[in-house]
Amino acid sequence: MSARIATQGRLINRDTSVQFKFNGKLMSGVRGDTLASALLANGQTLMGRSFKYHRPRGVVASGAEEPNALVNLGEGDRVEPNQRATTTEIFHGLSATSQNHFPSLEYDVGVVNNVLSRFLPAGFYYKMFIHPRPFWKHVYEPFIRQSAGLGKAPDTEARDPDRYEHFYAFTDVLIIGGGVAGLQAALTAGQSGAKVLLLEQTAHWGGRAPVDGGTIDGLDPESWVDRTVAALQAMPNVTLRNRCMGAGVYDHGYVLGYERLTDHTPDTPGPRHRLWRIRAAQTITATGAIERPLSFAGNDIPGVMLASAVRDYLVNYGVSPGDRTVVVTNNDDAYRTAIALVQAGLKVPAILDARPDGGGALMDEAKALGISVQTGAAVAKVKGSKEVHSVLFTAQDSDGSETTEIFCDAVAMSGGWSPVVHLWSHCGGKLQWDEAQAAFVPDPDRAPVGHDGTAFVATAGAASGMMTLQEALMDATQIGMTVVKRLGHDVTATEPDVVQVDEAQLMPVWMMPAHAPKKLRMKAWLDYQNDVKVSDVQLAAQEGFESVEHTKRYTTLGMATDQGKLSNINGLATLATALGEDIPQVGTTTFRPPYTPISLAAIAGEARGDLFQPIRKTPMHDWHDANGAHWEPVGHWRRPYTFQKPGESVKDAVHREVRATRNSLGLLDASTLGKIIVNGPDAGKFLDMLYTNMMSTLKPGKCRYGLMCTENGFLTDDGVVARIDEDTFLCHTTTGGADRIHAHMEEWLQTEWWDWKVWTVNATEQFAQVAVVGPNARKLLEKLGGMDVSKDTLPFMGWADGELDGFPVRVYRISFSGELSFEISTPANRGRAFWDALLEAGKEWDITPYGTEALHIMRAEKGFIMIGDETDGTVIPQDLGLNWAISKKKEDYIGKRAQARSHMTDPSRWKLVGLETLDGSVLKDGAYAVADGENENGQRNTQGRVTSTYMSPTLGKGIAMGLVLNGPDRMGEVITFTNSGDGAKKARIVDPVFFDPEGEKQNV
Amino acid sequence: MLLLTCPYCGVAAEETELHGGGEAHLKRFGPGSSDDDFSEYLFHRENPRGVHFERWRHVNGCGKWFHAARCTNTLEVFGTYSAQTTEPPNDLLDTIRAKRPGFSWRNLA
Repeated sequence: MSARIATQGRLINRDTSVQFKFNGKLMSGVRGDTLASALLANGQTLMGRSFKYHRPRGVVASGAEEPNALVNLGEGDRVEPNQRATTTEIFHGLSATSQNHFPSLEYDVGVVNNVLSRFLPAGFYYKMFIHPRPFWKHVYEPFIRQSAGLGKAPDTEARDPDRYEHFYAFTDVLIIGGGVAGLQAALTAGQSGAKVLLLEQTAHWGGRAPVDGGTIDGLDPESWVDRTVAALQAMPNVTLRNRCMGAGVYDHGYVLGYERLTDHTPDTPGPRHRLWRIRAAQTITATGAIERPLSFAGNDIPGVMLASAVRDYLVNYGVSPGDRTVVVTNNDDAYRTAIALVQAGLKVPAILDARPDGGGALMDEAKALGISVQTGAAVAKVKGSKEVHSVLFTAQDSDGSETTEIFCDAVAMSGGWSPVVHLWSHCGGKLQWDEAQAAFVPDPDRAPVGHDGTAFVATAGAASGMMTLQEALMDATQIGMTVVKRLGHDVTATEPDVVQVDEAQLMPVWMMPAHAPKKLRMKAWLDYQNDVKVSDVQLAAQEGFESVEHTKRYTTLGMATDQGKLSNINGLATLATALGEDIPQVGTTTFRPPYTPISLAAIAGEARGDLFQPIRKTPMHDWHDANGAHWEPVGHWRRPYTFQKPGESVKDAVHREVRATRNSLGLLDASTLGKIIVNGPDAGKFLDMLYTNMMSTLKPGKCRYGLMCTENGFLTDDGVVARIDEDTFLCHTTTGGADRIHAHMEEWLQTEWWDWKVWTVNATEQFAQVAVVGPNARKLLEKLGGMDVSKDTLPFMGWADGELDGFPVRVYRISFSGELSFEISTPANRGRAFWDALLEAGKEWDITPYGTEALHIMRAEKGFIMIGDETDGTVIPQDLGLNWAISKKKEDYIGKRAQARSHMTDPSRWKLVGLETLDGSVLKDGAYAVADGENENGQRNTQGRVTSTYMSPTLGKGIAMGLVLNGPDRMGEVITFTNSGDGAKKARIVDPVFFDPEGEKQNV
Repeated sequence: MLLLTCPYCGVAAEETELHGGGEAHLKRFGPGSSDDDFSEYLFHRENPRGVHFERWRHVNGCGKWFHAARCTNTLEVFGTYSAQTTEPPNDLLDTIRAKRPGFSWRNLA
C-alpha cells in the first residue's frame, strides 16, 4: 500500500499539514504536496474509473501527462471537471471527487462493461448502434452518455466568481520549460543582452534533474538549479514565470502562455489565471521528455506506474507507491527507480529487464545493492483489480505461457522516453525517427518558419532527443547561442561540466511478452484515458484502417483530454507492427494546441458581462431606459422596440404607438441610422456606381431613396441620399449597415477607383436624429419656430439647414411611415436636449415616442421593404418591384452585370407581393406557400414565402409581404401557407401597399 | 497569428488588426462582358500551395487596403505593397523568384 515514508520529500514541508477532502472524506497532506502525492500518502491508490469499461484506475504519472487521476475539483460555482491530480497543488479546504462511477468509486455498477469488454472492441458503437436509426437518439445515446464519459460539466446556473485576464508580452527569446536545459538556454541567451522570457509549467525549477542525479559544475543538480535561477533573477533582461505553461505556438512567433496564479492559494486576491499573448522573435522549447508505459496485460491496475513517477513521488514527496515494487524496463533509466527505492528502505523483489543482456553501470549498481535482476524478462500479467497483487513474469521472447509469480503491491515500468515535441510541431516543425532511442525527435533542418521564412522555433535538451544530462546541457548551451545569433546578438557561453553515469542502449519493446496471445493483448492498455488496448489497434489495422489518422478516430486512441501523451508512440508502433510497416512510414497524428487543456475563462479573459461587447448608445438612451424601453439589439446598438407604460403589454404598447402616430404625432429616435458623408469632385460619379439609381443628377437641397447592391447583384442596403452641395452627399444607411457600407465604399475607392477624387467619413455618431411623424408634425416644428418648414419651402424629399428652438438642425422631409414626416438631425451633444424640447412642445398633440416595432408596422402598411426582412443575400431589387429605382441610363453600377446573368433574369424568380389572410389573422414569419407535388427529395414543392408579417392596428387585420412565384401577375389569387405547425392558412395575393396607396398623407 | 507590415502606416500589424480581402489583382468585368469573363472575375480564384498575392485591410488601424505576397505553405511573407496597382512591383517579384525559383501565379512567373 502506498504511504508517506519518513525520509525524502525535497518539495514538501512536513511541518505544515494541509487538510483536504476526497469524495467527502477528510484527508491530510502537507504543504508542497500535489493532490496525487497527498492521496498516495493517504493510501488512496484508487483514484477513478475508466471511460468505457469503468476499470479501477490509479495515478500513472507525476506530471502533465497523467491520463487516469482526473478529478472534479471544487464545489458550487467553482467546480471544474477533469483536473489532473498530478498538477493540482493542494491547499487547505481543497475538495475533490473522483469521476465516472455510480454509486461510488469503490462499488461501481458500470464495471459490468469491463466484464463485457470482449464484446465492446474498437468501432463497436459504429457497428452496433447504427440500426434501427431512431434508437440511436432515444435509446443508445442517452444510455452511452450515462455510462461513458469523465467529469461532469458545472451546473448551467453556476457563474465563475473568479477573475481572469489577458497579458500581452513581447520578447526576443521565449524559452518554454524551466528544467536544466531551459535554465541553461536562458542563462546563455540572457548573457547576450537579449530580452528573455522563461516559462515553467510547474511550481518548481529544474525539472527532473534533481530527482535523476548527476553532477553539474561540481554541484548536485538541485544546487546548480538554485544557483542558476538566482543568476537569472539578477539579470534585468530576463523574466521568469513559473506555474505558467507554454500552451501553443502559432504563426509568426505568436505563443500562448497559461499562468495559474492562485489555483494553489484560492484566497489570494487578483486574477486566477492569466493568458499570456506573447510575440517572440525566437522560441526555444525545452519541454523535456515523457516516459512511455510498457504494453503488458494488466498495465492499468492501480499501483502500476511509470518508473519515473515512482521515483518522483519518492524523492520529491516522500511517498512510496508500495512496499514491494517490481521494476520492469527496456532501458537503464528505470534502474534509478529501483536503486532509489532500495536506498529509501523499500523492497524491490525484482527488476525485469527485457534486454537479453540487461543494462550497464546502473544495473551493476542495482545488483550490488542486492536487487535481483532478470534479463530477457517480461511481465506476462499483473494480477489484481483495485490494487496490484502480484506480477507473473516470463521471457520477453515468448508467448507468456510459462510464468513465475512475484508478490508485490506496485509495479514501476519504463518503455523508454519520448521527447515532448508538441510545441515544436504546433506550427509545422517536422520530426524524424531516432532508431536508437525509438522515438520521434525534432528535425532541426525542418523547423517552423516565421514571416521572414527563417526558423523561429528551436528545441533544447531532452526535447531535442538529448536524453542524458551532459547532452542536454550541451545542446541547451549551443541552442542558446544559435538563437541569439539569429537575432544579431553575440555570446560565448561555456557548457557546464557534467559528471554522469553512462547508460546502455534501450531495446524497443512494443508488446510484452513479444508473442503475447490475444487474451493478454486484450488487457494491455495503450490509451488509459480512452480505454484503448493493443487488441483494438490491431483490430483497426485488420479492418483496413491503414492511416494513423483514421485509426486514431476509429479507436479513439489519443483523443482524450491527455491527447495521447503516454499512448502515442506505443499506439503508432502497434499499428506499424500490425501493418508490417516501419514506424516512420506510419507517421504521427497532428499535434494541436493547447499542450494541456486551459480554462475557458482564461481564453475569455476580461470579456464577460458588461465587458463582453461594447454597447452603442444614442444620446437619448438614458431617456429611453427611464421611460419603459423594451430593448432590442440592432447591430451593437440597443434600440427601444417599444415604450411600455405601467401595466401595458408589449403588443398593446406597439399598437398604441402606431395609432398615436397615424392620428396625431409620433417621435422616433433615428440616431442609429448610418450617416456617411461622401465628398469630392468625383463624389457624384462614385455614387452612381454605388447605387442602382442615378445620384449625380440629384440637386443640392434634395433627397433621393437609393439601393445598393453587391457585385453579385444582391441588394445589400438602402437609404436616403441628400445632396449637400455640388461636391458633397450625405448617404443614410440602415442601422446595422453603417460600418459595413462605409467599408464597402472604402474598398471600392481604394482598390478599384483609386484615381477618383472622393473622400468618405462615417459620421453616424456625430449626429442625433429624430423623426417627427404624423399629421401634427409640422405644427410641432412651427411651434418650436426658427425656420420655414412649409410645404412650399420644404417640399417632400427636400432638406434644409436651420434652427429650431435654438437648436442647429438639418431637416429632411422624408417618410418611412407614409405620414407627414421630418427627420431632424442635430449635433449629438444636443440630441437629448432637443428630444426633451420636442416632447415638451408636443404635449398638446399627445406626442408619443415609438420604437422599432411601430416603425416596422408602419413601413409594412406602406409596402416599404426592410433590408434583412425582404432581403436575405439572395434577393435582387428586381425581385422586390424596385425597378423604378434602377437607372436604365447608367452604363454601369456595382451589381449591374450580375443582374444580367441568366438566373437573375429568370422570370420564375419569386417576386414581392402583399398577402392578406382570408380570416384576417396573421401569417407566420418565414412560412412557405405550398405548391402541388414534391421535389426530388420527396419534399413538398413551394411557391413562395412570407418575408414580413404583422397585425396592423391601422387596418385591424393581419398584413404580410412575401416573395411569390409570378406573384405580381396573380393579384387576387388565394394560395396556401403552411404556417409552420399551426395548420394551413389561406391568403390572398394583393398589392403590397396596404395603406394610403396614393401617398396623400405624406404629401401635405 | 500572422504579422503583416502595413505599407501605409508602417505598423507590423497582428492578424486581429487586419481583415483579409481574398485574392489580389482581380480585373473587374462589368456590363457588356462575356459570361466567361464575368464568372471568372466573380467566382474563380487561385488556390495555390505556395506563392499567393492577397488583399488585406488594416481595418483596426489606418483603415487602408494593401497587398501582401505570401507563401500559403510556410506562411513566409515576401512583402506588402500598395493596393493601388494592377500588378506586384518588380523588386518584390525578384525577391520571390530568388526564394521560390520556378514559382508561377496566374500569368506571373
